[in-house]
Amino acid sequence: MNVLLDYLPQFRDGFLGTLAITASSALLALVLGVLIAGFRVSPIPPLRAFGTAWVTVLRNTPLTLLFLVAFFVVPQVLFQGASPYVLATLALGFYTSSFVCEAVRSGINTVPLGQAEAARSLGMTFSQTLGQIVLPQATRTVLPPLSSIFIALTKNSAIAGAFGFGELFNVSKLLNDKGYAIAWIFLWTALAYLIITFAISAVFRLLERRMGVAR
Amino acid sequence: MSGASVLYDVPGPKARTRNLVYSVAGSLAVLALIVFVVLRLNTEGQLAPEVWNIFNNAGVRTNIRDGLLTTLQVFAVAAVLSLVLGVLLAVARLSDHRPVRWVATGFIELFRAVPLLITIYALWVLLLSNRESLGLAGNQPQFWALVIGLTVYNGSVQAEVLRAGINSVPTGQREAAYALGMSKTQVMTTVLIPQAVRAMLPTIISQLVVTLKDTSLGYIITFEELLFTARQMSTNIIVNGNDTYVPFIIVIGAIYVAMCLALSALANWIEQRGRRAKTGIGVATAGEPVTATDAMEVSDAVPDGPAATKD
Repeated sequence: MNVLLDYLPQFRDGFLGTLAITASSALLALVLGVLIAGFRVSPIPPLRAFGTAWVTVLRNTPLTLLFLVAFFVVPQVLFQGASPYVLATLALGFYTSSFVCEAVRSGINTVPLGQAEAARSLGMTFSQTLGQIVLPQATRTVLPPLSSIFIALTKNSAIAGAFGFGELFNVSKLLNDKGYAIAWIFLWTALAYLIITFAISAVFRLLERRMGVAR
Repeated sequence: MSGASVLYDVPGPKARTRNLVYSVAGSLAVLALIVFVVLRLNTEGQLAPEVWNIFNNAGVRTNIRDGLLTTLQVFAVAAVLSLVLGVLLAVARLSDHRPVRWVATGFIELFRAVPLLITIYALWVLLLSNRESLGLAGNQPQFWALVIGLTVYNGSVQAEVLRAGINSVPTGQREAAYALGMSKTQVMTTVLIPQAVRAMLPTIISQLVVTLKDTSLGYIITFEELLFTARQMSTNIIVNGNDTYVPFIIVIGAIYVAMCLALSALANWIEQRGRRAKTGIGVATAGEPVTATDAMEVSDAVPDGPAATKD
């Protein structure tokens, strides 16, 4: 009685589900995180305050609570009838965006001061300085923390399974209900997560090597 | 935040007007968002006084208090156990005996790589199916599944944090201790670990914040902690024909954020205090430890002195 071979289609669907939810919420978190990081260093006080509040609240909220907000409050406020995939992406993406924002902000702080000063003395505006000079150079220092943020995101996506989205945690619940030994289910799911997380760190290591510039 | 002001010039008269315009527009946008949410909640009848009156009910208050106490209880037990496990695993991973090192490395890497929820769920199933032989009654299987799950995961992370701390102690300390004729155990317990703990205290506390946040995973294995209690009450208490998710989520969210903020503030305070003291050993930043899953990468959480020296 080999769980993996008997239920290969389910495992494959769960694996793809985890990949899909990780990819979409990583994209959302990246876009939001860079945007909020821009807010936090901008010359406009209300935007700075908004960015600080965003990071403080989201970092200190349990992810399970955010899932409850996404699944029970968002339908009441914004739109009804969204799929669990969309709602889980919202919760995971918003939560992770606060960590991405902090990583990007500390990356911005590691870019040598002379770069921004030179850009300003050429007459560049804030958004030009940030977008064309500072952020591209910050990318390299942001990559290693970003890699571990995305690995954490992969692991956090298991919570989406508890809210009815079909991914690996959901599969392990399903197979347990069918009466298979939990130890084997646990090992196979662990292996599937290991594959994803190793792939993420491999991709990031490749990116780091590509972007590595001697300074 | 010293780098921020470098990104833009000191505003002149024109830029000041422009910034003012953007400020007003930005504030209006945020305000509009808040007003929109409030209005929507109002049309859904979630802001009616009757809905919020449920918090005046003694039963509701007692339930919230009990849930909060259960959450804190799980947190306390898991925090202590994970710190103990963290010290043991860190020492084992630095052991001179190869098998001990291998076992510790395998344990740390496995439980750091697997989502905590999956560990907790597997433990819950395991404890539920063996509840008779283990003599667990009532909600004890859930409690122990949550505590053990939190312990093995956070213990593994704390072990890596401590290991980074021990490695950051200058080698002269260890050499001097050996030269005085101290045994391996003495060197570890009286010289290395105290300095490692001192250097890594902000990171350790930040990981405790994660532990506190993760107690809410008990919700998924139907353990009656704060979140699950709130969810149950919000399903059961119907006001004006509506369930009461929104008020409960707002109140419970505020409680969680307040608890985590208090703990984070402690970590930041210790970090700043450590930065003032000039003892030669840098204190780590209060950020959450980096939890990359591969064994090759030594944790990036190694303290590199005050953050200002980073660039």
